[in-house]
Amino acid sequence: MRAILALEDGSVYHGQAFGTRGSACGEVCFNTSMTGYQEILTDPSYKGQIVTMTYPLIGNCGVNAQDVESWRPHVSGFVIRELSPVVSNWRADFSLAEYLEKNGIPGIEGIDTRALTKKLRVRGAMNGFISAEDVSDEEASAKAKSWPGLMGVDYVKEVTHATAFQWDERDEQSANFKLVRGTAASDIRNIRDPLPAADIPIVAYDFGIKYNILRRLRQRGFKVRVVPATAPAAEALRSKPAGIFLSNGPGDPAALDYAIRTVGDLVKSGIPIFGICLGHQMLGLALGGKTFKLKFGHRGANQPVKDLETGKVEITSQNHGFAVDADSLPSEVGVNRINLNDQTVEGMRHKRKPIFCVQYHPEASPGPHDSTPLFDEFRAMIMG
Amino acid sequence: MPKRTDIHSVLIIGAGPIIIGQACEFDYSGTQACKALKEEGFRVILVNSNPATIMTDPEFADRTYLEPITPECVEKIIVREVEELKRIGAKGKLVLLPTLGGQTALNTAMALHRKGILDTYNVEMIGANAQAIERGEDRQIFKDLMLSIGLDVPVSGTAHTLEEARQVAEKIARFPLIIRPAFTLGGTGGGIAYNRDEFEEMIKRGLDLSPVSEVLIEESLLGWKEYEMEVMRDKADNCVIVCSIENFDPMGIHTGDSITVAPIQTLTDKEYQIMRDASFAVIRAVGVETGGSNIQFAVNPETGRMVIIEMNPRVSRSSALASKATGFPIAKIAAKLAVGFLLDEIKNDITRETPASFEPTIDYVVTKVPRFAFEKFPQADPTLNTQMKSVGEAMAIGRTFKESLQKALRSLEIGRYGLGGDGKPWRISDQVYGDRETLPREVITRKLSVPNAERIFFLRHALRAGFSIDEIFSLTKIDRWFLMQIKEIVDFEEELAAIKN
Repeated sequence: MRAILALEDGSVYHGQAFGTRGSACGEVCFNTSMTGYQEILTDPSYKGQIVTMTYPLIGNCGVNAQDVESWRPHVSGFVIRELSPVVSNWRADFSLAEYLEKNGIPGIEGIDTRALTKKLRVRGAMNGFISAEDVSDEEASAKAKSWPGLMGVDYVKEVTHATAFQWDERDEQSANFKLVRGTAASDIRNIRDPLPAADIPIVAYDFGIKYNILRRLRQRGFKVRVVPATAPAAEALRSKPAGIFLSNGPGDPAALDYAIRTVGDLVKSGIPIFGICLGHQMLGLALGGKTFKLKFGHRGANQPVKDLETGKVEITSQNHGFAVDADSLPSEVGVNRINLNDQTVEGMRHKRKPIFCVQYHPEASPGPHDSTPLFDEFRAMIMG
Repeated sequence: MPKRTDIHSVLIIGAGPIIIGQACEFDYSGTQACKALKEEGFRVILVNSNPATIMTDPEFADRTYLEPITPECVEKIIVREVEELKRIGAKGKLVLLPTLGGQTALNTAMALHRKGILDTYNVEMIGANAQAIERGEDRQIFKDLMLSIGLDVPVSGTAHTLEEARQVAEKIARFPLIIRPAFTLGGTGGGIAYNRDEFEEMIKRGLDLSPVSEVLIEESLLGWKEYEMEVMRDKADNCVIVCSIENFDPMGIHTGDSITVAPIQTLTDKEYQIMRDASFAVIRAVGVETGGSNIQFAVNPETGRMVIIEMNPRVSRSSALASKATGFPIAKIAAKLAVGFLLDEIKNDITRETPASFEPTIDYVVTKVPRFAFEKFPQADPTLNTQMKSVGEAMAIGRTFKESLQKALRSLEIGRYGLGGDGKPWRISDQVYGDRETLPREVITRKLSVPNAERIFFLRHALRAGFSIDEIFSLTKIDRWFLMQIKEIVDFEEELAAIKN
């Protein structure tokens, strides 16, 4: 079955369809991670985007029920060079094609993803249209051109949970994934590290939160109440949390007036705050700074970040198309981490208030675990 | 942290003559190191007895000794060079960089350390010190260290009686078991027991043969998947993975004789990151302060259980492959890290703008295929096992595994254009078959079940003779993902042949 990918600049790529036989518009971006396509598909931050994997062989390990980052995949479309004809991993539950089909997401394989990536690197992220239906090149290009794009659109409201809830009250989903050890027989898929008591109540703002953030918070002894992005500060503070977490999420941070106001109120309250990705950008905006759109974004699992306080370099997992403008920040906010590739802001710390945030993903999933200690730092900040 | 100012001269030990198991890869790493250190203004002293190396060209070192690589000779060189430093009134000292000349250099450096020569002349080992090398090289010390940091290793135990042996077997709880009698010449009396009867028999014989009545019983990893990680570490404890490698051939075949593929193909991110964390834990525990190490893992394909096999606290054959596969010059950067630089202070050669403190990510597949020359060694046993028998290798890059494998096979200069379908005949023992002739099943079965140099081509013969993927898997334990890739090449051959007809 034929599939097509068209970009707003008029270029058209032909390949084979996999996943659902549908069509979708989205911003075409690329991710350079060589592992973790399942986590990428299910990361709500990709809402509104057609994701291209630069690594050519995808689907080798299939998809399993455990490695999800939310309740379903969120990408608009998935673009790869070659889909594995077989699934080879002891944990696989489905093939990638079955999984996308079940979730109504179109995929295209067999196109020159390197040429596409090079184009996106030069031109920047572009709007596009992916289809496994019978559409002509002209129709596809027209769809890509007429799609309004991500700027100024609130995608958070599409992925945030509608009502507040307590994360994993029965401790069934939060323990760290482990491999079986030694030769003793046991249920190999369910080996988990024990969890500490959940004794620090916090509120996590869900702008499209990844499960692994919630797992990591729970693993550090936090009792996490997840609230929708639209919850006002007063509502979040009513339960007397010890701290506030601001999550990752999709799209343009500047489009989220209501959330920026909320974050501003939270900052004023003096409560300890930790933000990741979109949460970091919203802190930047709420504290008086500005954000801007990066040319082609940072999406991958090998971004070097230097901690300016310690001099150490962390290899980080990233997924963002916007960044905080360092020059726009007020003097009470310090930039404490930078990206060594392009010197953009990767972390901020408030000089007087218990607030810090990072642009990248310390929860990894996918990606390196170098930054996991940030969750301990949040705990230490709250405990004083 | 800038470069060290207390160093004047760096002594590099080369790898000596080219032998099976240690070839030009160490000329490559040593040459890179010489260049990098000269670039930083150090005086470079080189010992290597092999004149057919780039590194012994006059411009690569400030002084080159074409002398035997023995502790005695290197001691004389150290004496001479220490005096030289005194004579010229050098401000810094002489240091020894032992990690770039393969096992020969490492062993020579360790001999110099054990004889007290390095202490006597105050020559510091940079890159990895003697304690780290010992922890990495001594199997028992390494195994205990791995257990102490919570990593998994093959389960094993020693026994002095049949009863003790049975208890060890019970602990391991799975056949086959590897039995090694202690202190027998060339390991006589050892073997693999596939069932209880064989086990009891071998234990009795092993206990008899061992002068101390002791046998080591170890869990067998035959058929497990084999992986490698190339790790770099700097003085500030920044660690990066340069390259991950998956072996096409399962455990039981020396990595040098295996077809290897970068990056890893059949691990999910969760499993890969556990392997990455483990790699850093190993390099830190062993104490390789700066530079590269190669760490080998085995993974049980049914349970995902991951055990550490070994680590090389030095630049290895895989480092050369990893450097070329990713564009990250491991030897050059290892040399710079050894003299005090940090990863983020060194520029990445490819981008020239970003620092070396990153992890290469690639959008292609790299395949290395070993080159054998059994025709030149008619008395050698062509069965592949844990002793390396290949005389060289070829590497190829492709956008798919299929492309890189076909290119690598074509690069071997054995007259083939890939897996087959090139119109050339197959010579098997004294039989000659046409290129597209179907080979007898029993010949194929024999060639698949015992690892050998031609097994990759017999995967094609097997598929063309109608063997199923599962049949081939049970004979070879080669991961089904790889087998399916081979099948796609074979299917395409059939498609092309059909068009021609």
